[in-house]
Amino acid sequence: MREIGGMKVALQVTCLNDALFPGTGIAVVRLLHRLGVDVDFPEAQTCCGQPMVNTGYLDEAVPAVRAFVSAFEGYDAIVTPSGSCAGSARHQHALVAKRSGDPGLARVVAETSPRTYELSEFLVDVLGVTDVGAYFPHRVTYHPTCHSLRMLGVGDRPRRLLEQVRGLRLVDLPHADECCGFGGTFAVKNADTSIAMGADKAHHVRSTGAEVLVAGDNSCLMHIGGLLSRQRSGVRVLHLAEVLASQ
Amino acid sequence: MTATFVGMPAFPTAAREKLADSQLRGNLARATGTIRAKRAAAVAEVPEWESLRLAGAAVKDRALHDLDRQLVRLEASLTARGATVHWARDAADANAIVVDVARAHDADEVVKVKSMVTQEIGLNEALEAEGIAAWETDLAELIVQLGDDLPSHILVPAIHRNRAEIREIFDRRMADVGRPAPDGLTDDPAALAEAAREHLREKFLRSTMAVSGANFAVAETGTLVVVESEGNGRMCLTLPKVLVSVVGIEKVVPTWAELDPLLRLLPRSSTGERMNPYTSMWTGVIPGDGPQEVHVVLLDNGRTRALADEVGRQALRCIRCSACLNVCPVYERTGGHAYGSVYPGPIGAILNPLLRGTGDAQTDSLPYASTLCGACFEACPVRIDIPSVLVDLRAQVVDGHRGDAVPKPEAAAMSAVSWVFGRPRRLAAAERVSGLATRLARRLPGPAAAWTDARDLPTPPRESFRAWWRRTGGGG
Amino acid sequence: MSAREEILGRVRRALDGVTADPTPVPAPSGARPEDLIGHFVERVTDYRATAIVVAADQVPAAIETALAGRTPIVPAGLAWPVGGISDTGQSAAELDAVEAVVTGAALGIAETGTLVLDHGPGQGRRALSLVPDVHICVVRADQVVADVSDAIALLDPDRPQTWISGPSATSDIELDRVEGVHGPRQLHVIVVVPCPESDNPLL
Ligand code: SF4
Repeated sequence: MREIGGMKVALQVTCLNDALFPGTGIAVVRLLHRLGVDVDFPEAQTCCGQPMVNTGYLDEAVPAVRAFVSAFEGYDAIVTPSGSCAGSARHQHALVAKRSGDPGLARVVAETSPRTYELSEFLVDVLGVTDVGAYFPHRVTYHPTCHSLRMLGVGDRPRRLLEQVRGLRLVDLPHADECCGFGGTFAVKNADTSIAMGADKAHHVRSTGAEVLVAGDNSCLMHIGGLLSRQRSGVRVLHLAEVLASQ
Repeated sequence: MTATFVGMPAFPTAAREKLADSQLRGNLARATGTIRAKRAAAVAEVPEWESLRLAGAAVKDRALHDLDRQLVRLEASLTARGATVHWARDAADANAIVVDVARAHDADEVVKVKSMVTQEIGLNEALEAEGIAAWETDLAELIVQLGDDLPSHILVPAIHRNRAEIREIFDRRMADVGRPAPDGLTDDPAALAEAAREHLREKFLRSTMAVSGANFAVAETGTLVVVESEGNGRMCLTLPKVLVSVVGIEKVVPTWAELDPLLRLLPRSSTGERMNPYTSMWTGVIPGDGPQEVHVVLLDNGRTRALADEVGRQALRCIRCSACLNVCPVYERTGGHAYGSVYPGPIGAILNPLLRGTGDAQTDSLPYASTLCGACFEACPVRIDIPSVLVDLRAQVVDGHRGDAVPKPEAAAMSAVSWVFGRPRRLAAAERVSGLATRLARRLPGPAAAWTDARDLPTPPRESFRAWWRRTGGGG
Repeated sequence: MSAREEILGRVRRALDGVTADPTPVPAPSGARPEDLIGHFVERVTDYRATAIVVAADQVPAAIETALAGRTPIVPAGLAWPVGGISDTGQSAAELDAVEAVVTGAALGIAETGTLVLDHGPGQGRRALSLVPDVHICVVRADQVVADVSDAIALLDPDRPQTWISGPSATSDIELDRVEGVHGPRQLHVIVVVPCPESDNPLL
């Protein structure tokens, strides 16, 4: 077992993964077990609150943030397979706490926010690994999602992890750092623009000849994957966690 | 007649129409692609870029956080140098001041340096209504004016036009307002530029009055700065006898030395050049050189409203470089007209609601015209955190409707979701009892059906993660 | 209430509780090219202007070459002898008939390939270097500074300034740069280095 100093680690699976992509959460649990981390899933968790915050419903986000902190208070690290939700916890929870007018909430948020890690950050920065012992014999291209790239600044961590996966052939995605057009409620409020952006992203993905598109956020993958599937492109989409958990 | 933005539909509707225009999308993709690459190269050359951005932001904040004193100082410096300073609460005030100056000189035409602020206040239309012709002298503005068109980009207002369209506009319209386009005009950009040179030169040589904006106004010295490329600015600032500069109150820079970071940030961010071809700086009236009557109109028009917004006031740091437009994936696909304002793109999506206030359907749609991808913030030379301001403005839009007798379906959905997310047991129950996942997937509510027009949904899983964890304790 | 008082009042209310930073913001230092003049020449020519470095005694010949037979207007106080029209306060229309202008400069900026005119002696009023189609600008090597910061520190904000980086240009058609719209379409820069064994910077 890897010695990580008796750290108490919790999984924030995210509401989207809980309901629609349980395989991603399961992959994180298996991956962390393999790396010797005894990860817990506090059942009191619900949602990070970002869907409400980013649509302008700050009051409506308060209960979600309360649920978040009461579920995760006391853990040393909160790991989430989503750049977007990690970004929300790190950069938006303080805003919501301020809105609530409850100094108690603000205090707990100040503790949980900096302890929230996106999966690749946790693996590389906290555990200090890039080779997680995975095997995935496929041609893969990687889309850096905007929140992981620009809100969190995960940089090349996901790439470094993927480069160590045995059998995996990583091909560059043209215009990789351009947004896929998901944008939460943007995808339905501005569906036409969202689809136009997604179609360009899907085009770039197909131009790589990759079998699998990998990213660190299932929300973006649901959008790009929905287009790729409608186009009958044959390209699969898969969360980074599931690639890293493969053996 | 000049086109205006009055009565524009909300962003999603306007965007839908623009997205269907494949010519426009082609023009935009090519132009923004070119400028993005140039900007990236120009920025990469400067190792101190990030500290320059911090300095640029700090300079503008220093001016904005002390704006009353800085404005009074600017006024004193200008007056001491022979300029006449006017104050304008709004567009009507500012337009009336310019019209009065023109009347005092019996001017029936003015030449104009490209300026966002005079478009914002509708100066050309106001002058036209008084029988005074306003000639736009920037090439792109000329294209827009001759084409009875609307600007669609801060820096390159005719970015939506390609060379063939520009040739056609020059050929058809120049003769109506002055020197005609030469016979056999081709769509070679050099030939088009030459036609503009010939057409405008007679106007520069005979006009008695010019109207400009300013990129910067130095409080300490009264220096106004105009940054440009073509030389039309120099013509307007130098040849006529009378010069009126309309300057938004946010343009103040406290001291001469603090121009430094801004002059290093602006050209590389806007045109991707190390320096723009021409920068003019002048301080009031210069005896024996240039206009001998100089007016400066200090304009509010909503800027104090934006200044009062704690989160939004940073938008007043904007130096109108247009980098945020050029990197914006939404702008690249919809173009500027969809934003329904002279300020399009990411900065327009925050500046318009900040200047005008939220509350009408068009303005309220602007903060939502973004995926919050953050490319704008990364490119902005004065570090305006546009995504955070967008999120804050969204909250203002929502809060503005909290008193509605009948809540919007979205608001109802959000409070339902909020109720579920407030208690994990409610969420678990929702999942267990009816399979929230499945329901979500099969019947997206109301407008969310837009999802399935072009996108397949993932196959709903047999059990939620929560149920898996319960069943296996994480070891399954 | 006057518009002035109203606007200032609104500003004060908007800034209630905000404290401003009283000290000017220092800018980070800029480029420090090793070969200042080489860098300047390279950057000027990047704009499709011409730039040559000549010894002081070669300046008149270099100007002749750049003029290529054109007759220039010459501002009072130019440090080099050039035959041409003197500035007698010609109107803009009269200047439009003049083919070229020869001026000095206040300084040059190497990093950006910029010439700054402050319209002092030898540089003429602003219209002179604007209306004629060919601008020949002579700048001494010791006037060339490294970056914008150095220029800002030296320049006098009380003087009108024209910063010139290459010939007139536009990117308004498909964001493609085209040289030559309203300002001079040709810019020739002559950088003067002292003659060997002379301690007079003009010779
Ligand atoms: S917001 Fe920033 S990037 Fe956009 S135009 Fe203004 S200064 Fe430029």
